[in-house]
Amino acid sequence: MSSRSEAPFRLRVAILQTKPSKGEYARNLGGAREAFAQLAGDPPDLVVLPEGGLTGYFLEGAVYDLALPAPRFARDLSDAWRSASSKPVDIAAGFFENDAGTYYNSAVYVHVDPNGERIAHLHRKMFLPTYGVFDEERFLSRGHKLGVFETRFGRMALLVCEDSWHSIVPTVAAIKGARILIVPSASPGRGIEGEGEGELESVARWREMLRMVALEHGVYVIYAGLTGFEGGKGMSGSSCVIDPRGRVLVQGSATEACIVRADLDLREIDLARATLPLLGDLAAVLPDLLLDDELPLPRGRRDAADL
Amino acid sequence: MTLQIFESAAPAAAAPSIDPALATEWLVAFLRDELIGRRAIRRAVIGLSGGVDSAVTAFLCVRALGAENVYGFRLPYKTSHPSSLADAQLVVDALHIACRTIDISSAVDGYLQMEPDADARRRGNVMARMRMVVLFDQSAKLDALPIGTGNKTERLLGYFTWHADDSPPLNPIGDLFKSQVWDLARYLGVPERLIEKAPTADLQVDQTDEADLGISYARADAILAQLLLGYSDAQLLERGFTGEEIALVRRRVDATHWKRHLPTTAMLTSTAINEFYLRPVDY
Repeated sequence: MSSRSEAPFRLRVAILQTKPSKGEYARNLGGAREAFAQLAGDPPDLVVLPEGGLTGYFLEGAVYDLALPAPRFARDLSDAWRSASSKPVDIAAGFFENDAGTYYNSAVYVHVDPNGERIAHLHRKMFLPTYGVFDEERFLSRGHKLGVFETRFGRMALLVCEDSWHSIVPTVAAIKGARILIVPSASPGRGIEGEGEGELESVARWREMLRMVALEHGVYVIYAGLTGFEGGKGMSGSSCVIDPRGRVLVQGSATEACIVRADLDLREIDLARATLPLLGDLAAVLPDLLLDDELPLPRGRRDAADL
Repeated sequence: MTLQIFESAAPAAAAPSIDPALATEWLVAFLRDELIGRRAIRRAVIGLSGGVDSAVTAFLCVRALGAENVYGFRLPYKTSHPSSLADAQLVVDALHIACRTIDISSAVDGYLQMEPDADARRRGNVMARMRMVVLFDQSAKLDALPIGTGNKTERLLGYFTWHADDSPPLNPIGDLFKSQVWDLARYLGVPERLIEKAPTADLQVDQTDEADLGISYARADAILAQLLLGYSDAQLLERGFTGEEIALVRRRVDATHWKRHLPTTAMLTSTAINEFYLRPVDY
């Protein structure tokens, strides 16, 4: 019997859709602690927080004041959870990372139990939006590696916000075996012309894109959206969970902090892939697509970027 | 057998649309977040001109804060049209908000009597700035925040007095074109007379915006919406606009970028504020 079939088939996820006070990390961590206490009565297996979930997103130069080493951030999350519950939990959360003076927009996946915490994976955002209202690459460095990682619920990948807008990124994650994609995000809402049919157009577009990712690859997608207004730009929340058939299981508020919960039946992944075996087809054809001489890809090994 | 033909729509030439319910929900959240959440201020001060922009702003503030926390001010000058006062009163009556009328004539004339040659443009600017003096002072008195009422169209066309209409720290409608403000006004229940009347700055006798600008808001908004998306003059001509109206709009936008920024400060150090030292407005 494979290890996968022995893994639990039920994953209870709770997205903590935060509305942080700009730059007030300690206060926002206190807010997370309160939310963890609220969850402790019926503890989930996995808690997910948005991009910049405990600092706010548009930080400009203040990112250097607020960025933390990943172990410190993981310990803060762990301490907050363990003050609320003695049950083990996994926590995935976005944060601004200070890695010895190099700064990243990162997300961490931490396993927490009564003895402490263990970082299962650290992902550094690869696509830093630097156009229009966004200015990330002015302040932050790019991540260079799309890793997938093992959890007690199977293989997962973390994609931070724009990472998931490039269809090749979720595609590569799925090809590398990810069965659950976690997307911490901070999306300034826009588009009130009515094309979103009662929702902001940017919210509708996000969800459609994530639905297509889930449907194409037969993966669960857990999207955690930041909320709250930052200098007039309203982060559009709308955290959601999408099943491997592209169905939206639950969606949160666009404007308010909230908890978005879903029970994932992980057997759905195999069933969805059996019904629509696109991922297997892609794995077979991918070499023909990527080993194409006409693609502008470097030949040979990348060294410096291998983090 | 004739086959059904499906055709893509012609390029848009209409003024931008709006989902008013969605915009209202978003703007009420914005006002609550920025006023109560961020600043712990529960009261708003709004200058009611009798026009649709300040009416929409007042309606939004009442939804966000409650009528008891919204303070209207009518600030006539001696040449203001009497109907402006009456139209502002329609907003007060519809919303049941407190309202005070403060005549700015003596304050404005106290200065202008020393400048008898000031032309209409200068006189209008003094009136607009005096209104802001009053609104900011009344906000300090009432522990409130003045709320801006400038729309996206007038901001883009530079059709406002710098450091006057644009000076309140919050503006809920500044990213809405005038046409969208009208749609929003209908949804919010702004008295019909304010939606139907010709928009006017009322800084000169019998002035109207569209006569001043030389183009209707509907046409200007349609051009602006396309222009902001980066379409060229040739593409705008294809959409049915005339060369004259395209040039008029583009000239006004290009000549007024400075009005949409803070003052230009000489940079002398590598810690220059807002150049090197970058902190968000809400940090």
